[in-house]
Amino acid sequence: MAIEVRIPTILRTYTGGAKQVEGAGSTLAELIEDVDARHSGLRERLVADGGLRRFVNVYLNDEDVRFLGGLETPVKDGDTVTVLPAVAGGTA
Amino acid sequence: MRYDSLLDSLGRTPLIGLPRLSPSPEVRLWAKLEDRNPTGSVKDRAAFYMIEQAEKDGRLQPGSVILEPTSGNTGISLAMVASLRGYHLTVVMPENTSAERRQLLEIYGARIISSPAAGGSNEAVRVAKRLSAEHPDWVMLYQYGNEANARAHYETTGPELLADLPEITHFVAGLGTTGTLMGTGRFLREHVPGIKIVAAEPRYGELVYGLRNVDEGFVPELYEESVLTTRFSVSSADALSATRELLHAEGIFAGISAGCALHAARSLGVKAAEAGQRADIAMIVADGGWKYLSTGAYDGTLADAESRLEGQLWA
Repeated sequence: MAIEVRIPTILRTYTGGAKQVEGAGSTLAELIEDVDARHSGLRERLVADGGLRRFVNVYLNDEDVRFLGGLETPVKDGDTVTVLPAVAGGTA
Repeated sequence: MRYDSLLDSLGRTPLIGLPRLSPSPEVRLWAKLEDRNPTGSVKDRAAFYMIEQAEKDGRLQPGSVILEPTSGNTGISLAMVASLRGYHLTVVMPENTSAERRQLLEIYGARIISSPAAGGSNEAVRVAKRLSAEHPDWVMLYQYGNEANARAHYETTGPELLADLPEITHFVAGLGTTGTLMGTGRFLREHVPGIKIVAAEPRYGELVYGLRNVDEGFVPELYEESVLTTRFSVSSADALSATRELLHAEGIFAGISAGCALHAARSLGVKAAEAGQRADIAMIVADGGWKYLSTGAYDGTLADAESRLEGQLWA
């Protein structure tokens, strides 16, 4: 088993068009590092100055990692990590 | 109950128990029915407060043109208040919203400018900001950054919840402008030690995230992360499924964002029950189901309903 990482449309240029890729690691930072080893450039689009970029949201099993521990959030096999750009949503 | 006018009947909406959807007698779910507002959505609170504030500030005079980016509900609320107060309303709305929203806006006399489907509400905000720069005499209330939006909830929604449910442990609402969560959340944090403020964010189809690059993303100016305890992303499928459960188990015919909130509320409830903790979880039903009938959300298989919603701004 591995950790599934779902990639939004605008970042699929880094994954050869793949909607999801697999990775490994014990924290989100390690997972991103691992995925970046095969999909070079992805890390730089997600992370800046030691944290997530302002307009990037990352969810671990549907929960926003900013409330779980940010890049240090523990991850494990079988988890699903979803990356989405921040957009205006909801009933506005 | 008797009121001098429709606007006087704003708020004081019922808080309804959800006994069939609650995990146990010690872990109870409650729904605040915001469809019982003057135009049928929670946005009446923000719209009324924003117009009142603009009047106090001298920004609005009879005949003024109000401009607002909206996915529908705020526009409908503003259109009603504007028509009573003698203002003209122009809304910028993404083209991928339900037909009923357009119909209601037109009935109340609003002018609609459509923004491209790709990019969803982000595009509507961008187009409205451009129009605002081109027409300095138009008044953009700008719900995403207007403190009166959050204040409406700080002064009304929050106190109503505390009065009806002093034992509240969790508050769950959809995340859009963030006004409901920021205002209600701040009020409840000041009055209920340990309360959890939880955002349920709709996860749309890919079209809505069709930005050209990540730097075009958008975080509402009202948003302050520290008010929230956590934030969940809820898929269209989970939101639809919960919307139908709310209908069939409790008889509540609600808009799809209510399903989004219910999905998050129930998972919190299940966790509390498993941990042996008591909980009283209040969630917002932002609007009724009427405006979403044409989307086919309530009939046929879930898979069909989900594919019909693909690319739509359903909350």
